[in-house]
Amino acid sequence: MTAVLDTEGLTKRYGRRSALSDCTLSIPSGHVVGLVGPNGAGKTTLLHLAVGLLQPTSGTIEVLGSRPAESPAQLGRVGFVAQETPTYEALSVADHLNFGAWLNPSFDAEMAGRRIDELGLDLRQKAGHLSGGQRAQLALTLAIAKRPELLILDEPVAGLDPLARRAFLQYLMESVAEHELSVILSSHLVADLERVCDYLVVLVASHVQVVGEVEGLLASHYRLSGPRRDPSSLPSSQEVIESSHTERQSTMLVRIESPILDPAWTVEEVSLEDLVLAYMGRASDAGRVQRRSGRAFR
Amino acid sequence: MIRFAWRQFRVQAAVAVGALLVIAVVLAITGPYLVSVYDASVATCRANRGSSATCMNGVANTYHFLQGALDALVLVVPALIGIFWGAPLVAREFEAGTFRLAWTQSVTRSRWLATKFGVIGLSSMAIAGLLSLMITWWNSPVDSVNANRFSPATFALRGLVPIGYAAFALAFGVTAGLLIRRTLPAMVATLVGFVFVRIGTTYWVRPHLFAPMHEASAITSSSVVGYGSTGTIFFGSGPSTVQLAAPNIPNAWIYSTQIVDGAGHVAGPQLVSSICPFLGHGGPGGRGGGAGHTEAPASAVQGLQECGARLGTKFHELLTYQPASRYWAFQWSELAIFLAVALIVFCYCVWRVRRRPA
Repeated sequence: MTAVLDTEGLTKRYGRRSALSDCTLSIPSGHVVGLVGPNGAGKTTLLHLAVGLLQPTSGTIEVLGSRPAESPAQLGRVGFVAQETPTYEALSVADHLNFGAWLNPSFDAEMAGRRIDELGLDLRQKAGHLSGGQRAQLALTLAIAKRPELLILDEPVAGLDPLARRAFLQYLMESVAEHELSVILSSHLVADLERVCDYLVVLVASHVQVVGEVEGLLASHYRLSGPRRDPSSLPSSQEVIESSHTERQSTMLVRIESPILDPAWTVEEVSLEDLVLAYMGRASDAGRVQRRSGRAFR
Repeated sequence: MIRFAWRQFRVQAAVAVGALLVIAVVLAITGPYLVSVYDASVATCRANRGSSATCMNGVANTYHFLQGALDALVLVVPALIGIFWGAPLVAREFEAGTFRLAWTQSVTRSRWLATKFGVIGLSSMAIAGLLSLMITWWNSPVDSVNANRFSPATFALRGLVPIGYAAFALAFGVTAGLLIRRTLPAMVATLVGFVFVRIGTTYWVRPHLFAPMHEASAITSSSVVGYGSTGTIFFGSGPSTVQLAAPNIPNAWIYSTQIVDGAGHVAGPQLVSSICPFLGHGGPGGRGGGAGHTEAPASAVQGLQECGARLGTKFHELLTYQPASRYWAFQWSELAIFLAVALIVFCYCVWRVRRRPA
């Protein structure tokens, strides 16, 4: 099966600042992919490269086996909901449905109309007068009604209150189940994605830190605690992601390939949030070292 | 895509068509009266056998304010199209972030831009064309009396050229919006750029579209009508020299009247004043002030006649001009130039939006 997203050394630079550095990824289809990272990590850059709103400085990117935005057909296979879900303020909800229908040959107008009905949106309402949650739902409806194979959402729930957030994600998951979509959605909060994602990409400071199925990641990361010990003395099959030490005790979050045999350790499972935070912490420590040595620009 | 481009443009188009209708009504009401004034003036002139130069003044004085307002309208409409339709076309999408919505539908960016450009461009040309047509028709009595259709204040406001200006202004505005990405600065850039191009065309391009014609004639005692200097506000005034009578060729574009010897050399101001040393010294010759026309004293008139007679022995007058028959050739050429530039700019925008999206 072709990958939904396949990148090779993908890099985007603005002047001397790197927004995305040497990103190599291959995400299989049929997943709901969470793209997590702090603000400014390059999430939006990666997603914009994937929908063809940006061109890479170097490296290659393929989405569903083709160059992003290379043809109307390719554009039709990818749905996109941009950050802050932009809509045409002066145009009504009905105009937006027409917009979707006129610009997408595969647009399912009946489904979109039904969805707008369910949401209780007034067709004559100007999009500029919708609440953030309503606007997000409208944008999502447009993106899903064009019947894409892959749906890409950039921070879709960032501006929404908890209730709107739940409704949005619920509709998203219903659509995924109904239309067998692959989804990539980004957020700076793991908690937003924990319930919906089965695949994770962590992006920090323009570099990809970790990629994989959530289940596999949780099965290969553990928190070890035991007598104080130098992290570098661990076996090579155990990669230390995060460590903290008190006078007598060490706690480490490690990635392992084989079972832990050392009886000195107490082994605990980690949550997805802990895992992501550990990778983010490691990356920003590395960033700080780089900054101090004056090599990193940002 | 055409339907959506049209949906977004509907309101502006309606405003423009409404304005055109209002103008059409005003012109339809006032036009016939202007024609009747013209016919009456022609009759008066014929009755007086043309002895009075003021017999046609009635036409210029009829709806004087409206004449000025309509000319101003044709002058600014292309600029307004560039500023309010061109500059925001892409810049607004950038500012509102809606380009992320528009450019991720199943229509490529280049087709999106080409379609919007096409819909608004053709509408702009139609609007400018209709406006120019109506105003050219309404002004035909005035223009016929003025008999100066090549004058910069008339040529650019009649006939075909406003269509070219509108197309160019729109293309310029779209480009400014695409490159600057912010609406207001793009609007300012469009205004400045368009004004510059229009002035540049008027003074540096239009005069060179066709090689002017020359006509030689003898200088007689009645040829010299004054002494002084001429110039434009751009280049200042030159040294004083004799001024020859303006040739009476209706609607022609007079480039210059020069004093030339048999070998074709132009007699400069110094040479002229060495031949006519008595001119320009004392006497109020030609110094009528701005307030009105005062008769020059007899001595000054005599001096001018004397000078004309002296110059006539060695020199002749060389007229450089464009004949009135070339009016439409100039109109078509300038239209073609502006449309061609607009098309090139259009292609650049489409290429640019494909290569460098955001």
